[in-house]
Amino acid sequence: MSILEKAFYSPVGKAVSAKAGLKEPARLRRGRTWPEGPIVLASIGGGTVGAQTLELLGRAAESPIVDDGDAAPGYGARIGALVVDATEVTRIDQLEELRALLRPAVRAVEGSGRIVVLARPAAGDWESRSVARALDGINRTVAKELRKGATATLIRVAPDATPGDLVSSLGFVLQGRAAYVTGQCWTVAPGGVAVESLAETPLDGHVVVVTGAARGIGAAIARTLARDGASVVAVDIPPAGEQLAAVANEVGGTALQLDITAADAGATIAAHVAQRGESIHAIVHNAGITRDKMLVNTDAARWSSVLDVNLAAQLRINEVLLDPATEGGLADGGRIVGIASTSGIAGNKGQTNYAASKAGVAGLVTAMAPDLVDRGITVNAVAPGFIETEMTGKIPFVQREMFRRANSLDQGGKPVDVAETIGYLIDPDSQGVTGQVIRVCGQALVGQ
Amino acid sequence: MTHSAVVVGGNRTPFAKAGGPFAEASNHDLLTSALDGLVARYGLAGQRIGEVAAGAVLKHSRDFNLTREAVLSSPLSPATPACDLQQACGTGLETTIYIANKIRLGQIDSGIAGGVDSTSDAPIVVSDPLRRTLLKANAARSTKDRIAPFARVRPRHLKPQAPSVAEPRTGLSMGEHQALTTERWGITRDEQDEIAAASHHKLAAAWEDGFFDDLVTPYMGVARDAILRPDTTIEKLAALRPAFGGPDGTMTAGNSTALSDGAATALLANEDWAREHHLPVLARFVDAEVAAVDHPGGDDLLLGPIAAAGRLLARQGLTLDDFALIEIHEAFASTVATTLKAWDDEDYCRSLGLDSKLGTIDRAKLNVTGSSLAAGHPFAATGARIVPTLAKLLQQKGPGSKGLISMCAAGGQGVVAILEAV
Repeated sequence: MSILEKAFYSPVGKAVSAKAGLKEPARLRRGRTWPEGPIVLASIGGGTVGAQTLELLGRAAESPIVDDGDAAPGYGARIGALVVDATEVTRIDQLEELRALLRPAVRAVEGSGRIVVLARPAAGDWESRSVARALDGINRTVAKELRKGATATLIRVAPDATPGDLVSSLGFVLQGRAAYVTGQCWTVAPGGVAVESLAETPLDGHVVVVTGAARGIGAAIARTLARDGASVVAVDIPPAGEQLAAVANEVGGTALQLDITAADAGATIAAHVAQRGESIHAIVHNAGITRDKMLVNTDAARWSSVLDVNLAAQLRINEVLLDPATEGGLADGGRIVGIASTSGIAGNKGQTNYAASKAGVAGLVTAMAPDLVDRGITVNAVAPGFIETEMTGKIPFVQREMFRRANSLDQGGKPVDVAETIGYLIDPDSQGVTGQVIRVCGQALVGQ
Repeated sequence: MTHSAVVVGGNRTPFAKAGGPFAEASNHDLLTSALDGLVARYGLAGQRIGEVAAGAVLKHSRDFNLTREAVLSSPLSPATPACDLQQACGTGLETTIYIANKIRLGQIDSGIAGGVDSTSDAPIVVSDPLRRTLLKANAARSTKDRIAPFARVRPRHLKPQAPSVAEPRTGLSMGEHQALTTERWGITRDEQDEIAAASHHKLAAAWEDGFFDDLVTPYMGVARDAILRPDTTIEKLAALRPAFGGPDGTMTAGNSTALSDGAATALLANEDWAREHHLPVLARFVDAEVAAVDHPGGDDLLLGPIAAAGRLLARQGLTLDDFALIEIHEAFASTVATTLKAWDDEDYCRSLGLDSKLGTIDRAKLNVTGSSLAAGHPFAATGARIVPTLAKLLQQKGPGSKGLISMCAAGGQGVVAILEAV
């Protein structure tokens, strides 16, 4: 730790920075935990999917306080979450009803509380489509105005999606697992799987392959998925074998020392899984490298190594694992998750190669998803923002502190936040979630 | 009722020169690391294994239960029993034989054989007079009696004694013994340097191919065998000065194994058990034989394996031609050369009580991924390095392929075993 960094985190430094307007970041609620206060449910226009989903989640719902425009409205006590079923909202004047629900709730929501709006994907006439987009603007703004680690999320529920299809998504958002996901919007389509409740260990009996599992985010993914019941195949390059073995032993999984850029990487993974008489439920393409330089200094080697590890290797491995003839390949109903990045979404100085690879991952999942719906295989990506890891710990202190705070939650995320989002995506009950890129970035100021 | 014992796989640390990167690691640390990697590779965390047998040649007295303690430090179930076993450089193969035999008898379904040595962390002992003084003082009842024995301590008694690799009965080091053998059998310097260079080149090629990706787990930041010199040449080796056999000797530091640190393990199992548990079945453990020569009486110290191989082949009705692969432990390059020469020497083989000579082999079958000259030789670990390596190679050759392992050991002993791909 540098002298500057020590001074900054000393009691004196903290007092000075508080005076200067720097807020002490909130401690986020994490894990499979529910909001402490009551969950308030409101419906605009008579939609019922929200109510039915909360019932499947086994969460009692209270009635909302509505701002009638006269007296300053109040709940009197903190609320844990507000869930607004806006699936029947298609007119501009209905947005006023949303405002009247949000105003008291934003004031009353607890630390790490939740504002969740359920809406439809844009469809219908001009006004309806416009309103669908307006909800996005509201969600992103509410997320910025919320305090103490509370978050806002907009989930678009396809018209024929059932409450069962929505269970894993609403459960994820309300629980502490979504701690660092805010201001985001994604879609839940019909999954065709009967879901009755939220599973505690949804990955029981499922094999999950995690690349780059020896440390940082990869190790957190292995731990989190093992907690959710997965049998983890931890993959990393041979030189990282010692840490890899420690992770595999900790989670009771197996270690596979492998360079994912090898031509036979996919076959080696499949053979490892087939040997154990299993097939793969999910593969998490977490392995990635950076070779940062300004574009004017980026040579072919820096370019190709990043694109090969971060993008091309995934394509090659997916191709082998998706071949139905591959023993130990990806089972129908399986999951593929890639790791995109805010750098790929917003661009980042000195990272043309990295941004290319990470935006490429986002492009890949949106391209693959529709082609694999018939086999029940979902393909998604998470896009981490600033995550506290050994790698980001090497960024010079002042710059790191800036990155850390350049988001709505005033702090960096933890590896487990990325891992939890992946756990949600590969949950067998998240069948209707595919082709999505979910940012785990605390609503970073950059990007969409 | 006999069962089929098979090699499932193995794991070892990279090997490194004494005083090198593993200088601070103890036998316990090294063996635990090798077990950790094995457990991770085969998903054995929390599982009870039938028995773990391993040993070390250079061992601290505090490590009386070295293997059991390493098991307790590993993720294996603490209900996994263990024993220490030692047969000099043959230890890692002897533990394999021990475990395989228990599996074949149906006493256990699974077992781990291993070996470890840290020549960096070798025990230093005090001289016998000083040790006797300390013991006497310890047993005394009064302060006076406790002090009295120290009056007889002389400065020369205080010199610590490092373990030597000398044979107790001849006073000669292993290298000095082998220098006699080398000269007696007329092994040339060129032949030895050729074997050494080939060992480095073959081991380097195997590392490049990723052959060791599922046989070795890095340790303390070392990912590959640290003794390996991929760019060594016969010319470079030819420039080295003799280390054994006097000024005209042919044995150098380049064609003799270096003192090394490292640990190796092999996972063995009952074949049915392995299949039920979805574990790989690389090769069946066929048979083994141990022999010894009368080196105090003048026999070649490191030719113990010749009689062992002869008796083993006779028992199995096999000839050298029946083997797809042959591993001869490279204690010295000249050990390999004399072993090959002795196998083809009718008089010598008959003098050992064998019916005839064993014959010659195709050199292309020998130590195909290198051996101890390039990898290093942490004494007790070497056998457990060779077993999984050979098992994997045989599996690649296809079912029925047989492999022969020949290891020389201190005390004029030889340990030989046969594996066959399933």
